[in-house]
Amino acid sequence: MTLALVPEIPPTIRSRIGWAIRDTWVITCRDLAHWRQQPGSVVAGTLVFPIMIVLMFGYLLGGAMIVPGGGDYRDFLMPGMFAMTMVFGIGSTLTAVSSDAARGVTDRFRSMPMAAPAVIGGRAAADMLNSAVALAVLTGCAFLTGWHPDRGAVRALAALGLLLLLRFAFVWAGVYLGLRFYASTEAVTAVRTLEFPIGFLGNPFVAISTMPAWLGAIALWNPLSSTATAARQLFGDPVGAHASWITSHAIIMAVAWPLLLIAVFFPLSLRRYQRLSR
Amino acid sequence: METPAISCEELCKRFGNKTALDRLDLAVAQGTVHGLLGPNGAGKTTAVRVLATLLRPDSGHARVAGFDVVREASQVRARIGLAGQNAAVDEILSGQQNLVMFGRLSHLPAVTARRRASELLGQFALTEAATRPVRQYSGGMRRRLDLAASFILAPRVLFLDEPTAGLDPHGRSEVWQVIRTLAAAGTTVLLTTQYLDEADLLADVITVIAAGRVIAEGTPGDLKTLAGGDRIDVTLRQASDLDPAATLLRARLGTHVRVDLDRRELSVPVTDRLGVLTQIIGLLQESNISAEDVAVRRPTLDEAFRHLTWPQPAPASAVASAEVTTA
Repeated sequence: MTLALVPEIPPTIRSRIGWAIRDTWVITCRDLAHWRQQPGSVVAGTLVFPIMIVLMFGYLLGGAMIVPGGGDYRDFLMPGMFAMTMVFGIGSTLTAVSSDAARGVTDRFRSMPMAAPAVIGGRAAADMLNSAVALAVLTGCAFLTGWHPDRGAVRALAALGLLLLLRFAFVWAGVYLGLRFYASTEAVTAVRTLEFPIGFLGNPFVAISTMPAWLGAIALWNPLSSTATAARQLFGDPVGAHASWITSHAIIMAVAWPLLLIAVFFPLSLRRYQRLSR
Repeated sequence: METPAISCEELCKRFGNKTALDRLDLAVAQGTVHGLLGPNGAGKTTAVRVLATLLRPDSGHARVAGFDVVREASQVRARIGLAGQNAAVDEILSGQQNLVMFGRLSHLPAVTARRRASELLGQFALTEAATRPVRQYSGGMRRRLDLAASFILAPRVLFLDEPTAGLDPHGRSEVWQVIRTLAAAGTTVLLTTQYLDEADLLADVITVIAAGRVIAEGTPGDLKTLAGGDRIDVTLRQASDLDPAATLLRARLGTHVRVDLDRRELSVPVTDRLGVLTQIIGLLQESNISAEDVAVRRPTLDEAFRHLTWPQPAPASAVASAEVTTA
C-alpha cells in the first residue's frame, strides 16, 4: 500500500507561527491563482462597476453637479469612488467566505493538519491584496481622466492607506457575515445588498450639505463618508463644504471608524469560526 | 488484540434540544470498510463530523488512528482524510492546482505535493482533465477529485460521508471502484450511505444507527439473517387467486404469508427450502392455481434495514409492495 504520509505537528509556538504564515500564504496564492484562471471575471467583479460610476457621475451627470464650497466635480468624485469600491469589497469577501463554508471547502480545511487561523487569515490577506491592486488600477484610471493628488506623495499614500484600512474593516465584517449566514443562499444575497446603502448613503457622489437634514445625518455617520472626506483632504481635492464636528475631524474619524469596526467584527469572526465546531 | 482504527464510547451530541448522538459506541477494525447506515437524521453525519474533528462532542470519548479527537485533534488531522457530501474543491482552479494546494496545506514539501498530485490524478483517472478548471468536470469527476483530495496523505483512516449522493449510476460505479481500490490497499474506511446496495457491495461490517444510537451491527449477511432468513416468493397468474392461495398456504404450512397485490406475489418464510418448495408447488397444483414464477431468495439488505429501523411492522400486504425509502 502507499505509505501514509504523516506530517509532523510542530511542537513549539514558534514553529506553529511558521506553519500559520505558510498556510496563510498558500490560501492567498489560491486567490491569486483565481486571478490567473479568470482574469476577466476579476476585472468585471471589482473594476467595471467603479469605472462605470466614474463615467456616469463624472461625465454623464457631472456637468450638472456643483460641489458646495467650489471645486471641480470630478476631483470631488474620484476619492469618493475609491472609498465606495473599498466598501463594495465586503460583497466579494462575504461571497467567498460563505461559498467555501456552504460547499464544504472550509470543513475540508478544518479537517486538515493546517493552522486554523490561516483559513480566514488567508482570506483576509488575499482580499487586501486584491483591493490594493484594484485601488492601484482605479488610481491609474483616475490619472487618465486628469485627476491627480495635489498635496504630495506622502499625503497621497496616507489617503490610500486610510482607504485600505476601511477595506480591512469591511473584510472582517464580510468574514463574520459570511460565516453567520452561509447556510442560506437567500440570506447571503440579502446581506450582500447591504453594500448598496453603505456604499451610496454617504458622500461619495454628492456633498452632504445638499441632502435633506435627516438623510445628511445618516450619510454623515456612515464610516465611508469620513474616509472619503479624509481622502479628499489628503489628496487636496474639494471636500464639499459641510460644517460639523465629524467633517472637521475626518482624518481622525477615518482611523477611528475602521478600528471600531475591526474591534467589533474581528472577535465576532473568530468566535463564529470557533463555533463551527459546536 | 489490535487497536481499532476508530473507536468511540458513549458519544453524545445535542443541537439545541435535538439529540443527534445518544451514547454512540462504535469500533472499526483496521483495514476494514465499515458502513454506517441509518435513516435521515439518525446521526450518521454528526458521527463522522465528530470523528473527523469538525465537531466537539458534548460528552464521551472518541479515538481515531490512536489519538483523541478532542485533545489531540491535530494529530488526528494528520492521519485522516474526509470526503463529505459536497465535492469540497475549488471550482475555479484545475484538478491539479486543487491537489497541490491541499497537499501544501497538509504540509507536504512542495516537491512531494506536486508528486502526490500527479500520482493521485493518475490513480483516480483524472490525468487528462488535470489542467482543466473543476467547474468543467462531470459530477463523477468532481467526486473523484474530492476523494483524491481526501487521500493526499494516503491516510490510514478515511471518512466518506455519502460519497455517491447525487451521482448518476455511472458516476456511482466509478466511485465504488475507487473505494474498493483504497480499501484493498489497507485503508480503513468509515462510509455513511443512504444506499443499501452500496453498503452491501462495499462494507465488511455495517452498523445501523437510529436516533443517535446503535441498533444493530454485523456483516451484511448477519443483518439479512436478522430480517428473517430465506423466503420463497410465488408469483401467480391471476390476482384473484392471491387470497385463496394465501389462505391455503397459511393453513397447510402453518406460517405467515405476505401478499403483494401489485406484483401478484406471495412470500413465505422458510428454513427447509427444498421441502417447503415441493410442498407449495404440490398444494397449488391440487387447487388448480397456476403460478408464473417461484423463487427462493435471501432477504435483501433493504428488508433487514426496514426490519431494524421501522418501529412498527406495517400491514402484511403493504410490506412487500412498499419500496424501501431510506432517504
